[in-house]
Formats: sequence, C-alpha cells, structure tokens
Amino acid sequence: MGAWLTPEEWTAVLLSLRVATVATLWSLPFGLLVAMLLARGRFPGRAFLDTLVHLPLVLPPVVTGYLLLLTFGRRAPVGNFLAEQFGIVFAFRWTGAVLACAIMAFPLMVRAIRLSIEAVDRRLEQAAGTLGAHPAWVFLTVTLPLILPGIVAGMILSFAKALGEFGATITFVSNIPGETQTLPSAIYTLTQIPDGEAGAMRLVLVAVAISMAALIGSELLARRIHHRIGA
Amino acid sequence: MSLEVRIRHRQGRFLLDAEFASTGGLTVLFGRSGSGKTTLANAIAGLNRPGEGVIRLGDTVLLDTARGVFLPAHRRRIGYVFQDARLFPHLSVRHNLVYGTWFTRQRQAVADLDQVIGLLGIGHLLDRRPSGLSGGERQRVAIGRALMASPRLLLMDEPLASLDEARKAEILPFIERLRDEVGIPIVYVSHAVAEVARLATTVVVLVDGRVVRSGQARQVMASLDMFQGQERAEAGALLDTRLAGHEPAYALSVLQAPAGRLLVPLLDRPVGTPVRLRIRARDVTLAVRQPDGLSAQNILPGRITAIGRTDGPVVDVQLDCAGDLLIAQVTRRAIATLPLEVGRPVFAIVKSISFADGSDMGSSA
Repeated sequence: MGAWLTPEEWTAVLLSLRVATVATLWSLPFGLLVAMLLARGRFPGRAFLDTLVHLPLVLPPVVTGYLLLLTFGRRAPVGNFLAEQFGIVFAFRWTGAVLACAIMAFPLMVRAIRLSIEAVDRRLEQAAGTLGAHPAWVFLTVTLPLILPGIVAGMILSFAKALGEFGATITFVSNIPGETQTLPSAIYTLTQIPDGEAGAMRLVLVAVAISMAALIGSELLARRIHHRIGA
Repeated sequence: MSLEVRIRHRQGRFLLDAEFASTGGLTVLFGRSGSGKTTLANAIAGLNRPGEGVIRLGDTVLLDTARGVFLPAHRRRIGYVFQDARLFPHLSVRHNLVYGTWFTRQRQAVADLDQVIGLLGIGHLLDRRPSGLSGGERQRVAIGRALMASPRLLLMDEPLASLDEARKAEILPFIERLRDEVGIPIVYVSHAVAEVARLATTVVVLVDGRVVRSGQARQVMASLDMFQGQERAEAGALLDTRLAGHEPAYALSVLQAPAGRLLVPLLDRPVGTPVRLRIRARDVTLAVRQPDGLSAQNILPGRITAIGRTDGPVVDVQLDCAGDLLIAQVTRRAIATLPLEVGRPVFAIVKSISFADGSDMGSSA
C-alpha cells in the first residue's frame, strides 16, 4: 500500500486517521456529559445549550472554521491565552484540525448518545437505587452499559464526520502538507493541479474503504453489544 | 422491627393522606388500583418525596419533613420487588442476584447466595439472561435480588399481578417461607383478596388515598363492610388452624381451630403444621338448630355478632365461633324468616369440598 500511494498521499491518509481518532476520543467525555445534560437535565439555559451544540450542523462549515479562527487564532484572546499559559496552539497545527473536526462532529455524537439515554428505562435505575447503589454507581453499572450501543453509534458517526470534514478545517488551519492536510484537503489539492486525477482517485478509494470498514465494524460491534445486553 | 408511616402527598389532583404502623410480619396494603397503594410503597422506598410526613423504620428516621430529613433510596436498605420485576437486562441472573451485595457491608447480610437460591429454587437459572426467563422465574429472581441486598424491610408491589394462576400458585409458597423463615418485615401491595387471605399478618385498607381500616388480618377480613361490589364474592374469614391428623381412607385431613374441627381435602403436610384457612362467606350455610343427617362434614357452633345492611338479596352475617370470626352470606329472606338476629346461637355449615382447589389453604405464621 505504501508503494501504491505516494509518500505525500500516505501522509495525508495517516494524518486524517489520527485527526479523526483523536477528535472522536477527546469529544467522547464531553459528548456524554452534554447528552446527559440535555436528556436528563432541568436547568435554565438548557435550550440555549441545545442550540449551541447543534449550531455546527446547520452553519456553513466555512463560517464555523472562521469563528474558530477568530477564537483560537494566535492573536485571538482565547488562542493567545492557551498558548501563553499552557503552550497549546491550535492555529495551523494538526491539533487545530482535531478541534475543528471535533466541533463539527459533536452534534452527531451528542444526538446518538442522547437518544440512547432517553430510551433507557429509568425504572431500572430506580431498582438499582433500592438495591443500595449510589447514583454514580447506578450510572456506571446500569445506565452506561445500556447506552453503550448509542455511544458506539455516536463514536462511529463522529469518526466518519471527522474523516470527511473539509470546510471548517481548511478555513481554520489551512492546508499544510504533513501538518493540516487531511484526506479531503489532499483530494481537493490534487483536483486543482494538472495530472492530479490519478492521485485523487487513489485517495477517494482509500476514503471509501475506510468509511465502509468503519460502518461494518460498528455494525458488528452493535450486534455484539445487543446480544450482550439481551435487549 | 417496627415501621411507622404518616404522610400527606399530593400528586396532581390525587391526595394521599395515610397513616399506619406495622410491627413485623407481612403487612398488606390493600385497595383498588388508584387507591394510592403504590404511591405509599414508593414513599417508603424513597422513590418519591412526600410533601409532609414522617416515616420511621426501627430507630431510623427515613423521612421527617418537619425536620427536613429525607434519606435517599439507596441509603434506606429497603428491598423492592416491583410488579414488572425490573431485572437488569445486561446482567446474568447471577449478577442480578449479587448486584446489591456490591453496595452492602458483608456483616449486614441477611442471607447468602446459596440460601437465597435454595429458598427460591433458582439454581438452574444462574447463567441465564433475564430475557430468557418466564414471568414466574423473573419474579423469583427479583425477590432473590432484593433479599441479597440485605434489606431491613421488603416492599413487594403486586409481585403476582402479571402472572397466571399456575405461576401465582408457584410463587405464593416462597413468599410464605419468606414471611415465616427469613423474618424480615414485608410490606405487600395487593388488590387481590386471595393474596391477602393467604399472606397477610396485618392488613391496611386504602380507599381514595386514605386508610379506612387497618389491623390484624383475621379481624379486618372478618369485618362486614370490608368487601363491596364484585369483591363480595371473595369475602371470607380467616382461621388459623393446626393440622391435627389425616384420614387417608377418605383422602381428607383434619384441621383443629378454636371454632372446632374441620375436614378438608388431604393436605400433603405433616401433622402439627399450622394451616391458615380461608372460609368464603358464600360457602357458609347457617342453621338455627343442630343439623342432622347432612352430607356437609363441617358444623361449627357459634353466635351471631353482627348482621350487615343491604337492599340486595344477599346479607353478610358475622359469627363468633369460640373466638374465631366467620362470615356467612345468606339471603335477606332467610334473615327475616328464621329469623336471624344478633346474639342468636347458630350452626355454621361448611362443605369440605369448598377447599378443593387448595388455594385457600396456606401456611400460617
């Protein structure tokens, strides 16, 4: 495969996989928390949180990318603060691509997890409580196992979305080979240069293969979990 | 261990305003659906939070709204067997059973796994998933799961309601053993007279969110206005008897009660066993003279203590037979023509085959 793809193309594929994986894993705890808040929480500002989370789904990706640039750019207040205090830089780094992908994929992850939380029979949680389980233990031993299919679905959706994210990423962190040039950016670049079609086609095939593998993998996993929780 | 409940709780337009106490044994909260039984049970378990009231279990205050005390459900150590079992679908039967032990200190244990499995006969189910169990099996596992959490009180909310008669008959003996052998106080929610008759030590009758009557099962079941409408067919008094002997030649057993000796279809239990007998009011015939030459085998002398009022054809009559209370249903015409009046000595006649299906004979606490 290494010989089949040029080193540049290979770099883009690996970078995309890394960005999508890291984005998915980092957004998981936040996604779980927000899904829990939206599904179960009763607090002022819940509708606002709901809207905010879903915003990247409806905004043009370029707008999201530009807003990220305005917030997390080197000269922007938040970006500057993070760089000065913690040495975390997003602008024009692969970490920025992770942030852009994570935010673009976040609504999909939250939606999937939230639906599964809403489907949980709360009477089972009550039963666990009468058996002496503290609410935190109820979450870990009852709620979490029951929403596992939703979490897996959310992660797969998030991964797939992150893999294909283009607009926000290119606007926020540009298209730097080896740093921020993900699979979609690489395909886009190849379609812009003479004789790039063959390379673009190779990357398209790789993208299709990865996406299908993710789908099949999630299906198998979902079936196994389904069987395990006996639903 | 004593349980003391006094709460006022509003839920929409429904007001639950109930007070009762239990000193152990099995207390049935009896009433129709919508009378507030489950709300009351949930308040005891800590699954709802009453607006006003006090709930005390032994020396633990579970709720005292005046002092702002509300012990959350997971710290009450009250086992709850729900009508729909609510087993955890993602855990095996074994893990369902031991779930509660993960959160209890060992020295508080009321029973170990082997005992519970033996008591409930669920050893062969341990590696199964709840989805593969029958309704009766599920309910038994649910009871075992509640027991394994070492509760100080066991709540059972119509645990038999979703089961057919055969499954009910399969589980009732387990609940009797729970009451008689394990010794945890039980609060049992039910609207089935047969279950009250079979299981109750104490009965608390709820109507529209209020306790209209409470007391010893024998007393409450023998009160005249206990049963209304369709339930009158189920009316009947309870006798605590002892198995005095068998007459295998006739396939009969002899029960001894203060009221007298009763012949019932052969019981497969050893002589000396306590047996609680329900005598349905409609199965009791009254005679004003000692009857002679009857096929009915059970004749109990007594005295009329109360006569119910009704405009219909059937009247409930309460008798005292040497301290045992019986109820008989007779026609209003018989009351007038015999005549039957309070204080008159009578003979209660009960056919042995009234007890043929065995469902009215349980073990006695």
